[in-house]
Amino acid sequence: MEYTDFTVGEPIADTKAPAGPIAERWDTRRFEAKLVNPANRRKHRIIVVGTGLAGGSAGATLAEQGYHVVQFCFQDSPRRAHSIAAQGGINAAKNYRNDGDSVHRLFYDTVKGGDFRARESNVHRLAQISVEIIDQCVAQGVPFAREYGGLLDTRSFGGVQVSRTFYARGQTGQQLLLGAYQALSRQIAAGNVEMHPRTEMLDLIVVDGRARGIVARDLITGAVTTHYADAVVLATGGYGNVFYLSTNAMNSNATAVWRAHRRGAYFANPCFTQIHPTCIPRTGDHQSKLTLMSESLRNDGRIWVPKAKGDARPAAEIPEDERDYYLERIYPSFGNLVPRDIASRAAKNVCDEGRGVGPGGQGVYLDFADAIGRMGRAAVEEKYGNLFDMYERITAENPYEVPMRIYPAVHYTMGGLWVDYDLQTTVPGLFAIGEANFSDHGANRLGASALMQGLADGYFVLPATINDYLARHPGGEPVTDDHPAVREVLAETEDRLNLLLAVDGDRTPDSFHRELGELMWEFCGMARTEEGLRTALRRIPEIRREFWARVKVPGTGEEFNQSLEKANRIVDYLELAELMCLDALHRAESCGGHFREESQTPDGEAARDDESFAYAAAWEFTGEAPVLHQEDLAFEYVHPTQRSYA
Amino acid sequence: MALASSKEAAAPARPPSGTPSRGFWSSTLGKKTVMAVSGLIMLGYLVAHVAGNLKVFFGPEEFDGYAHWLRVMGAPVLHHEWALWIVRIVLLAAVGAHAVSAYQLSRRDVRARPTRYAHRRKGSSYATRTMRWGGIIVGLFIVWHVLDLTTGTVHPGGFEQGKPYQNVIDTFSTWYGNTIYIVAMLAVGLHVRHGFWSAAQTLGAGSARRDRALRLVANGLALALTAGFIAVPVGVMTGVVN
Amino acid sequence: MKLNLRVWRQKNDAAEGAMATYQVDGISPDMSFLEMLDTLNEDLILRGEDPVAFDHDCREGICGACSLVINGDAHGPERTTTCQLHMRSFRDGDTVDVEPWRASAFPVVKDLVVDRSAFDRIIQAGGYVTAPTGAAPEAHATPVPKADAESAFEHAECIGCGACVAACPNGSAMLFTSAKVNHLNVLPQGAPERETRVLDMVARMDAEGFGGCTLTGECATACPKGIPLPSISAMNREWLRARRKAKG
Repeated sequence: MEYTDFTVGEPIADTKAPAGPIAERWDTRRFEAKLVNPANRRKHRIIVVGTGLAGGSAGATLAEQGYHVVQFCFQDSPRRAHSIAAQGGINAAKNYRNDGDSVHRLFYDTVKGGDFRARESNVHRLAQISVEIIDQCVAQGVPFAREYGGLLDTRSFGGVQVSRTFYARGQTGQQLLLGAYQALSRQIAAGNVEMHPRTEMLDLIVVDGRARGIVARDLITGAVTTHYADAVVLATGGYGNVFYLSTNAMNSNATAVWRAHRRGAYFANPCFTQIHPTCIPRTGDHQSKLTLMSESLRNDGRIWVPKAKGDARPAAEIPEDERDYYLERIYPSFGNLVPRDIASRAAKNVCDEGRGVGPGGQGVYLDFADAIGRMGRAAVEEKYGNLFDMYERITAENPYEVPMRIYPAVHYTMGGLWVDYDLQTTVPGLFAIGEANFSDHGANRLGASALMQGLADGYFVLPATINDYLARHPGGEPVTDDHPAVREVLAETEDRLNLLLAVDGDRTPDSFHRELGELMWEFCGMARTEEGLRTALRRIPEIRREFWARVKVPGTGEEFNQSLEKANRIVDYLELAELMCLDALHRAESCGGHFREESQTPDGEAARDDESFAYAAAWEFTGEAPVLHQEDLAFEYVHPTQRSYA
Repeated sequence: MALASSKEAAAPARPPSGTPSRGFWSSTLGKKTVMAVSGLIMLGYLVAHVAGNLKVFFGPEEFDGYAHWLRVMGAPVLHHEWALWIVRIVLLAAVGAHAVSAYQLSRRDVRARPTRYAHRRKGSSYATRTMRWGGIIVGLFIVWHVLDLTTGTVHPGGFEQGKPYQNVIDTFSTWYGNTIYIVAMLAVGLHVRHGFWSAAQTLGAGSARRDRALRLVANGLALALTAGFIAVPVGVMTGVVN
Repeated sequence: MKLNLRVWRQKNDAAEGAMATYQVDGISPDMSFLEMLDTLNEDLILRGEDPVAFDHDCREGICGACSLVINGDAHGPERTTTCQLHMRSFRDGDTVDVEPWRASAFPVVKDLVVDRSAFDRIIQAGGYVTAPTGAAPEAHATPVPKADAESAFEHAECIGCGACVAACPNGSAMLFTSAKVNHLNVLPQGAPERETRVLDMVARMDAEGFGGCTLTGECATACPKGIPLPSISAMNREWLRARRKAKG
């Protein structure tokens, strides 16, 4: 299967979002959704894949409602899902600060921050639910930061001017995830959730057009097993690891979403990836992953590079007037707090000009000297101590004395499986929640919004919409392993694993992953060109061919085999990467995290083309040239403007 | 590759084996509590004991008189030696409870960690070793001590009931009597040093704020007891007590 | 730099294991310990040997997956997770021993990978607040004194890596269990289940085959998140209190 071209199919007409005033749509949908009789819920099995913020919260909530949940994670414990690494915080329109925040402002900020490529109905619902999430998490015992009066503290985060971000030091994701994990644990103990850790989904079982189960591999014994249910929920996160180096966990992968795509689920906006501006620069070829430093650092740190090219002096020896605080210079009103895509691109630009610092000139300074002078070292330590410690551990440099060096890194993928307002994919009975879907962040995600979306989907949205599907499809024929559709999926999975083991070539799986990642970073990273994307589209099939000819996977399939796990994930990266490049190529505009050099304003900002591209691109898998289905985005409440943070 | 596919999900590895017992004695914390309380009882006894021992420096009349008083303690409410027997029974119970819980906990601990690391570190598990071996040494000492100075069974020279001053001098006039006693008292010191602090933790009295004070008291008690007890054989050896 | 690695190799939980020796060349001081193992594994694959299995995921020190005993120390010589340990902590030519967590409650799965599901079952026994979704009151309805919130946070930082058990000569899980008990029991939200939580979690902990606590303090020294030793005493206090209340 190779493609460099695509065809345009039917546009997507109905997203199931109700009509009417935007603030009432979620209520309307909840009321119109059919309910499942509590007595019947027990009879419904729901598969949930993933135990991060979205999956963990969904599994717990569905089980509380009385459904029988069968849940999977490839980690050894549901507590280790990568949501745990989110640092900064979670947004909510509580307006506890009385600083002019509201549901509507959070909605507005998110649509604008997403560069007008998100669906208004979904974003508004997200903003409405945000307040309930905080209540829920506090009730679970999540230890948010508090003021001396015992009330919750908030801070402001990149890209907005209100203080609406709730946090638990630099470990907000961890604390929220543990809250969901604990809720899930309660349901496991109650027998309502059947938990399968160290079990990885390898394919989706679709019977008579509906998602009815998954094929999974027990990572300890290697056994490939089938699991059946009345609905399948994918909460498997993003696909940032296509780039090899990213801030994702090493084992985060795209297999579940990609296999679902191959079985009929549309994949939307795959080229929308977020490059996070404040990561620790790489130190050499051995680098296996990149580490993010919370964006909150930009609240007090100042970003700069030397004014002169190739200035190799240590930071301390560069006088003030020879420093370029380029974000403050270019964007005087937002300064260092501009959205992530803008901050990242600006860093790339100054490094491309030869003004980058550190090894290879791939870095910019994030300087706390002024903050330490203003607030005192103790206050800085109180606020950022753990981040500074982490930085020092990794780089062996003391950020209290020398400025930190940061560089952008792949962090989040806004694209994902296309879902309707109910979070259902184009395969009936298959739902996608959290980062695995595409819906809420448009072309760029604002800081502290991923946690909000994951928990909104899992605690509140999915549990209110999945019952509509289940009520309308009350139990089909039980599916067994004898069903031809199941036999086919099982055989394909078995063949794929066997083939990987049989190649016995002369290159490690990682070497291919690294090669793909470098290609993607260069041509489908922070700045993209038609020529570059075409180069990538030419190279990816070549790498894929080479992979299947030369990969070496040791061991067997009937044992704990981490190389096999990895190789099997790379198979899917090698296909998904191509769709990402194709999507990036076809979208000949710049928007949010997607920057096409051909489409920029005279002063180098992203230039959107709303005439041609105000749609979500939902791709259908065909085995040959993919088919593009456009979902037009209507903006009734937030009028699209050129984003300006100057 | 073989394909083990199943309709029903394989049971999770090692499922919880029912509701575990919440019983006091079946819990490690319960046993630890028993150890802590019995340890503190013995510690209280030792403090009284050392105070009595030091009377040896005031001569035979006072020492023997004190020993006699121990027998008439509580009179006339209590019959002759009743108080002493009550103390002995409580002590025996404490020793028994302490030893049984220590034995059971140690067995459990060894089972919980059957494989050692190939790379041995120096100085690790110092406290555990001190407590286990120290406890055994002290236990054996007590047996000898009772046979020596209470029943007189293994007493060197003629044991005389009611003449403890002379009995003490007899014992500490032998090299082995001194050696056994001094080694045992050092073990008691080390045992008390970790044991007192540890008992405080077990009984929930530990906290970051109180830690320094608790360690100070533990060290002080250990030092005072060891020094106080050892003073007697040293006194005999140097001729201060004769 | 160059290192002499001695690594525990064990095919599965039923097989016998043994230490195997490997030479690793071309190590950069900026590498993390796990990246050094990656290098070794790439070599092993190309030589047609079985690469060393080890648990790892976020490599940021927060997921708690990585779990190596390095030269007898859980997570190695620095007070951090294995993934945040860098090769600058070692010297050229060093011999380094790498072993899995050792405890009968953590059986070896393969090589350096162990089964820590006992921890999950301890949480399932009561390490939660019963607060079904949708039932929550307004977040500001119950103020929490800042000191309590911080104490809860300090304990909630536990990443469940199991270093405390690995370091304990008795294979005791007291520090892990106390971290969760103290996190939830100090908060007003956790108060209604305060007694049952500690009793059930301790009972589960014992049933999983962890050893008893002898307060050696090895756990707190090994803990990459700095869960303090007095947490154990605080849990004992909670347990004794719960026993008293359960009787009364």
